Amino acid sequence: MTQERPREDDVAGAPADVLYREAFRISGGDYEHGGEVAARVKAILKELGIDPACSRRLSIANFEAEMNVIMYAESADLVLEVAGDEVRVTVADRGPGIPDIGLAMQEGYSTATAEMRARGFGAGMGLPNMKRNTDRFEIESVVGGGTTLRYAVRIA
Amino acid sequence: MDAGFPVRLSEIRDLLECDVLCGEDRLDLEIEECFAADLMSDVLAYCRPNALLLTGLTGVQSVHTADVAELAAVVYVNRKRPAGHILDIAREKEIPLLSTPRTLYEACGILRASGFAGGSRTR
Repeated sequence: MTQERPREDDVAGAPADVLYREAFRISGGDYEHGGEVAARVKAILKELGIDPACSRRLSIANFEAEMNVIMYAESADLVLEVAGDEVRVTVADRGPGIPDIGLAMQEGYSTATAEMRARGFGAGMGLPNMKRNTDRFEIESVVGGGTTLRYAVRIA
Repeated sequence: MDAGFPVRLSEIRDLLECDVLCGEDRLDLEIEECFAADLMSDVLAYCRPNALLLTGLTGVQSVHTADVAELAAVVYVNRKRPAGHILDIAREKEIPLLSTPRTLYEACGILRASGFAGGSRTR
């Protein structure tokens, strides 16, 4: 994981309601650090006083998203935005894309390798887990281009 | 014999004949329910907060899963132990890690016979 400089004051260009913004780089294939971004974001949400139940749900989605990048993509940027009424995350990867999103959203559908499964992931639970734990979940994917996830948890 | 609930982590250590790998100072944690899986996605999907996790998966993701899902502690089965740098992360996150010689099935059976409920939420 390479963490970019803190961006507490860098909310320029973000929607007007954004109170805190920070971006994290996730490197594909880096299993040894898989989970660090989710853990770091969770610590930030705690510092910001976000309700623990909301923070837990978002962190579960972040962890699954992070592992998806590590398993399938070259790299990605996870951008955290805390607004007054919700915490938003965007994960835009440089990866192979998902040919059939409907299929990928089905619990149990997976294209994971044995190594991925040996880590306790890659059993076709990731995207459904993310949707279940968030209040808003959108996925866009271009085959050969990459996948972008946008999700949020309400905190109001 | 039904244990009186909640049960302290030190009693679980004794029941499962565990070595304590880290978190010796947190053995008075009170545990009410348990969850067992090698699939971390299952833990993230179905395990309630504050449950004890039993697993055979010793990678760094086991500790990050315990952190993210707010679990009480992790017991590794079959005498498994995570690498030293993973113990460091667990110490930093204040997550006790234990290791039992029991298999996953045996460990679950012992805890179940002692009256522990499964820590899963309904789907």
